[in-house]
Amino acid sequence: MEFGPHLMLAMLEGLVQASVLTLTALGLSLVFGVMRVVNVAHGEFFMLGAVLAWWVTTMLGGNPAIGFVVALVVAPLLVGLMAAAADWLVLRRVEYDPERTIVATIGLLYIIQQVTLMTYGPDAHPVTPPFNTRLALPWYEFTDQGFQIYWPWGLSITSYKLFVIAAAIVTCLGLWLLMARSKIGLILRATQLDSETAQAFGIPVERVFALVFGMGAALAALGAVLVVPIQQAHYLMGGDPLLLSFIVVIIGGLGSLRGTVVAAVLIGMSDGIISVFFTPTLAKMLATLLVAMVLVYRPQGLFGAKPA
Amino acid sequence: MAKKTFPTRRKILTGMAAAGAASALPDVTRFAQAGSHSAPIKIGFQVHRTGIGAAYGRWYERTTMAATKVINDAGGINGRPVEIVAEDDGTDPKRGAEVLEKFANQHGCDIAYGTLFSHVVIGSAPRAAELKMPYFVVSEGHHVASGMLNRYTLQPGITDVKSQVQAMAPFVASNLGKKVTMIFPDFAFGHNHRDFFSAAIEAQGGEVVAKLAIPPTETSFTKYFPQIPRETEVIYHVMVGPSVLTFVKEMGEFFGPSAPQIFGFIDSLEAVDFATPGLEFLEGTHFWEGMPRYAQADQTDYDKFYRAQVGVDENGASVDDPKDISTYAHMFACWETLFTIKDGMEAAGYTGPQDRTKLIEAVEAITDMPESNEHPQGAKLFNGKTHQVFGPQYISKVEGGKLVVQHTTSLEDGFYPDEVDYTTQSF
Repeated sequence: MEFGPHLMLAMLEGLVQASVLTLTALGLSLVFGVMRVVNVAHGEFFMLGAVLAWWVTTMLGGNPAIGFVVALVVAPLLVGLMAAAADWLVLRRVEYDPERTIVATIGLLYIIQQVTLMTYGPDAHPVTPPFNTRLALPWYEFTDQGFQIYWPWGLSITSYKLFVIAAAIVTCLGLWLLMARSKIGLILRATQLDSETAQAFGIPVERVFALVFGMGAALAALGAVLVVPIQQAHYLMGGDPLLLSFIVVIIGGLGSLRGTVVAAVLIGMSDGIISVFFTPTLAKMLATLLVAMVLVYRPQGLFGAKPA
Repeated sequence: MAKKTFPTRRKILTGMAAAGAASALPDVTRFAQAGSHSAPIKIGFQVHRTGIGAAYGRWYERTTMAATKVINDAGGINGRPVEIVAEDDGTDPKRGAEVLEKFANQHGCDIAYGTLFSHVVIGSAPRAAELKMPYFVVSEGHHVASGMLNRYTLQPGITDVKSQVQAMAPFVASNLGKKVTMIFPDFAFGHNHRDFFSAAIEAQGGEVVAKLAIPPTETSFTKYFPQIPRETEVIYHVMVGPSVLTFVKEMGEFFGPSAPQIFGFIDSLEAVDFATPGLEFLEGTHFWEGMPRYAQADQTDYDKFYRAQVGVDENGASVDDPKDISTYAHMFACWETLFTIKDGMEAAGYTGPQDRTKLIEAVEAITDMPESNEHPQGAKLFNGKTHQVFGPQYISKVEGGKLVVQHTTSLEDGFYPDEVDYTTQSF
């Protein structure tokens, strides 16, 4: 493949990856920002979203589009409820102590993963996309006859992948509106700034925490529902999103939603482009190197506020 | 005082064990009549129940249980029943070696058997030699016949990759094209494909124009495909792991209507339904099959018998669930390996672990395996020096969403000079 079409394909693939990564990382960042909890089980909530999407579409049968739309609503909701319950039953009991929450969420990781293995089984299952048309993309060249449009071999995307990108953008806008313009957003931001003072002003911080933990998990689940028609649901699929989300959140600045989005696009795109032109291993190595650099030279992340 | 009237926990447990043993008695007596040693022969079964090999593991286990039932119904081995001790290795080499230790030290198994994924075989085989435990693998990798492993490791059920691809190359070069791009998983098994198919296609006057190595845990594949050169006439694909379906689908999306010829190893779609949306583009493409998934027009009685015993319908799916597709092209090797173990144990007059080396020598002495209920995949030749079996291979074409056999290779197509003589190694 020539350089131009090759780069375009790499960027498109990178954008799809970045979209899913943005949603997953936003969930992790939101939870850390408001609750100061490092959620190691975040990748498993992602996996649960994918598995529940498979479960819902299989139970409903019939037209894949209907099943998918239902899964898009039900899977994040169920995962969110489960996460809120985990917050209520576990994290609240260890008083959100940083060390103990890390250990507790590691425990959650294994419980969720192994229960999925015992119930859903070790196989990967596909979810049929609601629509999936291959769209061949044109490219241009300058020949003796001047400017010409042609259709390079392999340069294509599917309508569903475009939908994933669009859905991620819409979700990000929705989250921004929620945080910046709604009363819930005000309460969340108040809790993030200073939870003790917020409590003094009558904000039910414990309930806010359960809500935030649920929302964070639901965002990861939403990302998974979007990606599962492209990939497949598998009980071990939570590992990579967790690692990448941590990379994104550290680079973007823990708790900074704007930084998370920028870093997710940066990492997703560079991962896509480096994977296409070099190897996926090199992409992961460079991302991890970037994390090390950020931690050494700018520990608060690219957009994080300096600790007071 | 009152306490004494209650049985202790230990007593209850002993009682339960006795009751359990008594209920199992009728089964034991059947074998006791056949010979003096009625204790079961324990075969440690290293099975990929979880991890990336789970789809294979599930069917390897069903096949193993079906073969064991056939063996036991016919009186067992040397008059003793066969007991399968299955342990999950998580498709993980480290765990694989630990499982072998459990077989030897905890379960008191006579032999170990059943591993598929080549990295687990390579990780476990040295431990088998240290434990002096015969280790019958069902893995396809060339690592047995290459001399990389040891005298305790044998592969009498399935042809190795080197032989398979050597038998495929003439068909690919003369029917599909000479400029081949290979896509394979980036671990030992895939490297066997890379090395031996490259050599085999060059011997046919063809060439490999690009080699795409993909990690077996990868979940998204489109990013690899732009490396396929435009001059490619044939795509040669072989993929393993939980994402094989995604791999094949994305390949179809990448090529669209202008795909080159496609030749795949069925590994890329083992346990996957050909009717899955997104696979329509495979119509007219070719696949290697170790054994034809769909019952062919000229199906043998042996295949009928084997299918019925394992519980597979004529489409290669479970008779209980048409959506549960088997790993039909590979799992026959479990069946055949168990019957070879039986033949070996009978020839060696195997009575217990002290006869393990006799068992290995007896299996090494086996040569011809005629096509039969015990060897339903086809007649085979076992090479005792390299511990590797050679069988026929099938090339099928997708027609109407089903695989139809186009060509069956002969044993000679897959022969190559010996690279090791394990029989000269000491035990």
